[in-house]
Amino acid sequence: MIALTRRRVAGVLFTLLLVLLLVGFAALIVGPSALTPSDVVGALRGAEPGGAVADIVLRVRLPRVQLGMLVGASLAIAGVLFQALLRNPLADPFVLGVSGGAALGAILVLSLGASVGLGYAAVPPAAFAGSLCATVLLYVAAGFRGRVSATHLLLTGVVFNAFASAAIVFLASLAGLMEGARIFMWLIGSLSASRADMAGWVALFLGIGLACAVPLARSLNLLTLGEESAKQLGVEVERHRRILLVATSLMVGAAVSVSGLIGFVGLIIPHLLRLLLGSDHRLLIPAAGFAGAAFLVVCDTVARTLLLGRELPVGAVTAVVGGPLFLYLLRRHQRRAFAQ
Amino acid sequence: MRTGGSDPALAFEKIGVRFGDREILHSVSLELARGEMLALAGPNGSGKTTLLRVASRVLTASTGRMRVAGRSASDFSRRELARELAVVPQDAPIAFPFRVGEMVLMGRSPHLGPLGFETAEDVKIAREAMARLGIEALAERSILELSGGERKLVLVARALAQDARILLLDEPTANLDLRHGVIVLDRVREFVRSGRSALVVSHDLTLAARSCDRIALLARGRLVATGTPTEVLTRENLRATFGIDTELLTASDGAPVVVPRAPAG
Repeated sequence: MIALTRRRVAGVLFTLLLVLLLVGFAALIVGPSALTPSDVVGALRGAEPGGAVADIVLRVRLPRVQLGMLVGASLAIAGVLFQALLRNPLADPFVLGVSGGAALGAILVLSLGASVGLGYAAVPPAAFAGSLCATVLLYVAAGFRGRVSATHLLLTGVVFNAFASAAIVFLASLAGLMEGARIFMWLIGSLSASRADMAGWVALFLGIGLACAVPLARSLNLLTLGEESAKQLGVEVERHRRILLVATSLMVGAAVSVSGLIGFVGLIIPHLLRLLLGSDHRLLIPAAGFAGAAFLVVCDTVARTLLLGRELPVGAVTAVVGGPLFLYLLRRHQRRAFAQ
Repeated sequence: MRTGGSDPALAFEKIGVRFGDREILHSVSLELARGEMLALAGPNGSGKTTLLRVASRVLTASTGRMRVAGRSASDFSRRELARELAVVPQDAPIAFPFRVGEMVLMGRSPHLGPLGFETAEDVKIAREAMARLGIEALAERSILELSGGERKLVLVARALAQDARILLLDEPTANLDLRHGVIVLDRVREFVRSGRSALVVSHDLTLAARSCDRIALLARGRLVATGTPTEVLTRENLRATFGIDTELLTASDGAPVVVPRAPAG
């Protein structure tokens, strides 16, 4: 069967949802205090409210698992959208410095916002503004219109990232906002210090992003053929691209504002899913949501349990997986470009 | 799918295109009749592809206007235009490994709603298009694994699946071997037999003369000659257009055959 059917989409998504639930459940069990599956089920059912087990499950682990899912889904979907918009499987909001832009926006508010009366709630919108600015800058610097060379794109990203990191450290130090260790955690990306009360924001941004992206998924397929072909097949290219860029920026902004710079999720998940499921974005976008969520929860569980008594930033775990994969993809990309 | 009305399928009215102070097309007026297959030929850089890009509205002409079935082209939404007019580009750079079947099905896009999935009918149309070009066996293959010629056949199949009233083909026979070149032009011939129309940019004058009703010669952005193959393919016109001496033979079916000689001094 050459056509994607609703049935296949539903089947794949149902399978991924099961995986996600399993992963989430396992993440509630695993941790420094040993719990059994029945402990977790009991706590989720509300047996013995206020007890130690219920506290661990409902107040410590569950919010973190929820947040991990939201952040992972946002990052993975943003990666899928970015790669299609830039028509380059190497594009990733983190590698290209868009996450850096979001982080810079967030830090600006965190360090200077208090003096102008902005509270913590201003952080996600500021992160969105930052990622949108970075996206627009990338648009201008590297150009979305033609087919941009991977080299040009990646170099632009390197410069963006270097600038954003420097500015973040500078601002944070200036404001005496965080001590070195916490800035470090933020730059690597971590869910440990994140505020669970921000989950609503992330869910909202993710929801808006999805509402923009899902109806345009078939347009996105056509956009990967290039601007002219897309237009000739009936796509309102400029309008759709603008909507999709805003959707991407929203999701990156939301993820970064609660977790800092977690890298490579937007690269690993889309790559894996393209291998498994093909290139149709009507399936890829929602699948990336579930798979990204599960992946980040697994990585975060590893991050908080690998070293006894200490936590790794989850960004370190995703980078260990993602860095080598990125190099492999880059090599393959170059070989293919050379072969053509 | 014969449609009423006597308006030409496609009409360029004094189309001019300039990029900065470079004039690419100068006041080109050309009509594509219903049921007609028209070849557009001319040297590299003469503005053929530019005219096709104006026709599919990916490029806006600096002057002049274009009508599709009598209606001003600017009145069409992109989707509407894509249902009237399908394009076979010279080549399509592919970023992601879509399968051939998926690629051909993309031709059905202008007929689907925003959240729509292809129906069994769409799949049938796509399969028929692939069968006409002899590429059904490639349906499950990744587009990245194909040769340039096979990819061209996929693009033609996609345009056929689009089920538009006008086909615009940019060098459809480049990259193709003799047999496939003939197959593609024969399919386009079949396409116009049902009252639809095709505009074919081609460098192969002999092949164009064999298949097309009329030929238009374009040089330095201006129309040099328009007419039946025997009217247009004269030594004088070809020298004026290409700057080359030619010998004209006649095939057994009466179609002209162009044999290039030395560049004119």
